[in-house]
Amino acid sequence: MEQTRHEDHPMESYLRMDRIPHIWCPTCGIGTTVSCFISALKKYQQKPLEKVVVVSGIGCTGRVAGYIKLDSFHTTHGRAIPFATGLKLANPDLKVVVFSGDGDLIAIGGNHFIHAARRNMDITVICINNFIYAMTGGQVAPTTPLTAWASTSPHGNYEQPFNLPLLAASCGAVYVARWTALHIRRMSNAFLDALNKPGFSFVEVVTPCSTLYGRRNRLGTGLDLMRFYHDNAEIRHGADVRDLDIDFQKKIIVGKFIDRERPTFVDNMNRRLKEKYGEKYQWYGPEPQAAPAPAKVEAKAV
Amino acid sequence: MKYWRKPLDLDQVKIPHGEVHIIVERCKGCGFCVEYCPKEVLELSTEFNSKGYHPPVAKREGECVNCDLCERICPEFAIFNLAVESA
Amino acid sequence: MKADPKGVLTGEHYLDGDHACAEGAMAVGCRFVAGYPITPSTEVVERMALRFPFIGGVFIQMEDEMASMNAILGGAWAGKKTMTVTSGPGFSLMMENLGLGVMMEVPCVLVNVQRGGPSTGLPTMVGQADMMQARWGSHGDYEIIALSPASPQEAFDYVIEAFNLSEQYRVPVLFMMDECVGHMTEKVVIPPADQIDVLPRKITKLPPEKYLPYRADNGLVPDMIVAGEGYKIHTTGLTHDERGYPVMTAECQDVNVRRIVDKIRKNADKIIHIEETQTAGAEVIVMAYGITSRVAQPAVDKARKEGIKVGQIKLITVWPFPEKRVAELSRKIKAWVVPEINLGQMSLEVERCAGGKARTIQVPHAGGWVHDPEDIYKAIREAVK
Repeated sequence: MEQTRHEDHPMESYLRMDRIPHIWCPTCGIGTTVSCFISALKKYQQKPLEKVVVVSGIGCTGRVAGYIKLDSFHTTHGRAIPFATGLKLANPDLKVVVFSGDGDLIAIGGNHFIHAARRNMDITVICINNFIYAMTGGQVAPTTPLTAWASTSPHGNYEQPFNLPLLAASCGAVYVARWTALHIRRMSNAFLDALNKPGFSFVEVVTPCSTLYGRRNRLGTGLDLMRFYHDNAEIRHGADVRDLDIDFQKKIIVGKFIDRERPTFVDNMNRRLKEKYGEKYQWYGPEPQAAPAPAKVEAKAV
Repeated sequence: MKYWRKPLDLDQVKIPHGEVHIIVERCKGCGFCVEYCPKEVLELSTEFNSKGYHPPVAKREGECVNCDLCERICPEFAIFNLAVESA
Repeated sequence: MKADPKGVLTGEHYLDGDHACAEGAMAVGCRFVAGYPITPSTEVVERMALRFPFIGGVFIQMEDEMASMNAILGGAWAGKKTMTVTSGPGFSLMMENLGLGVMMEVPCVLVNVQRGGPSTGLPTMVGQADMMQARWGSHGDYEIIALSPASPQEAFDYVIEAFNLSEQYRVPVLFMMDECVGHMTEKVVIPPADQIDVLPRKITKLPPEKYLPYRADNGLVPDMIVAGEGYKIHTTGLTHDERGYPVMTAECQDVNVRRIVDKIRKNADKIIHIEETQTAGAEVIVMAYGITSRVAQPAVDKARKEGIKVGQIKLITVWPFPEKRVAELSRKIKAWVVPEINLGQMSLEVERCAGGKARTIQVPHAGGWVHDPEDIYKAIREAVK
């Protein structure tokens, strides 16, 4: 074997090398997604790198926080988003990224997801969607397609899954995109756009789960699932989010669907209090950079 | 590559070249890099690493254009490219 | 360190316990509060929502109690003193993430203005039935600090102590008020800022290469960091080693959990804060906390007039419980009288620590109102038989 050149991997400064190799299975797509995230971080200029913090929940994707060499927080199941909200509000200078799985963010964390989107919290949420609760042995998730096997729907899932971009968009997310683990460059660009965009930005990444979803549904390894994405993913930027359902082993529509402007929670708070109290109120956090005006006319205060 | 006619800036555009580095012990033999390298530089080796996986090997390293696809698609951070001056 | 004058409303006020608690938190420097409304605690956050914009604080009403608890943990990691406020049902919801706070060793304060339970119970009426839950509510082994004020003035003074204890021991501290103290209005004197002692967070002075998030050099409490300053630490709710990395072994569990427990147990003497009155030579001691410690006063006075030597212990820190003192006094007295607005919770602790040397007489009350002092008096008479 001639290839034993041990020069440092270009991403090593972003990884906790004392914990590599990581725990994810061979042909799992999470490692690829982390790799693309690090590529995006390399290009991220808005804030110094040390201001980026990563929060994740529980599950296979929840382990991401443990491998990225930034201030990283591995919180309880479903609670990454409120934890991130606390970090962001207590220190608006931070760039807070939530990196968690579909079950963690949308099932137990569903309430937090919709409210953070509604408030337009300035956080970036990366949801790795492998259609299953992988870490705990393959239970059904709110994204599991109809008829798919899962250990708690062993007769084939008969529960309608969520369409995540629709959910995010309808709750008010300002940036909504979906890519698969195969679309590495577009995914990295989407991550960079999401990091740069103020407000609640959401990127769903459809990734192969070889050991549970793939194996138990007889779909092959992660490589077979990547080949499936290659043949069945269709890029449709700006598609109507209502058309983005994913059926079992059918077409997956990917692209950037929503990219709009809304004032963030802190923007709204600052503007309202400044308007009401003028000099008595001191602006919280960094000074505004051309924050967009609120879309609705405010009701007269009592 | 077949040209209909020679591009006018053929002498100015340089095709980049890359050197493939594989961290053999980290590889878990997923095959993503082999499958998706646009220049088909890699193939799975017949040898094993200590975990029992077949890591890739660069069979046509001269063709590598330093596109970084393998570096980004690898879930294990086990492969990367470095730019080299073309010969 | 002294308090930041911006948050201190110096002067004589007429406030209820909830409002006084809010003022105490603002005085000690709390600047991030995430809460969810629940009677009878809502007034605390209402007051903070009103005042925060003028003192540089942020209040957010989260979507539920679990979100509130997690938000204050995140806020603490970002460097702020944080607090959340709830009552019984919300307290139950916060338990899992209270455990996360204990495991990650996050300084913060959780106020529980107790009401009648269980379940929805008596939302607008007093109870003191969450005391054991304060100690054992979250799963796993851990030790916690819990304080209980008996008046609005104490709500102000002791929430400051709660914040200082949380910083000193890097643990969430529970502030177990009850609805009676929360909703009673009394005179509260707020001193000038330079008379309020604030313990600042112990941030490490080591450079990032040398710092380990959970190595405790000075005893059992590791120094903390502020997120975003380049320390690039990892922390998790999983059992972890000194680096903060999860290590799934029994050995690591032993080291990790024992330190979290010993952190409080071994420092219990410094944490415990009780008020003893006439316990020397007493035949019977009345132990109470919160509003009940005041309701017991007429009963104690009546008994003393009749010549019974009654001592009193008012618990200000309910947890850690003053085990040693109770054991010591039990050898000298006939009995303990423990009135509480529950059907026997702290009295179980008293009984355990008394070790059979003195009787423990409960004066239970299911909740909804305070005791009739006559019942406490009867218990005292029963005690000296």
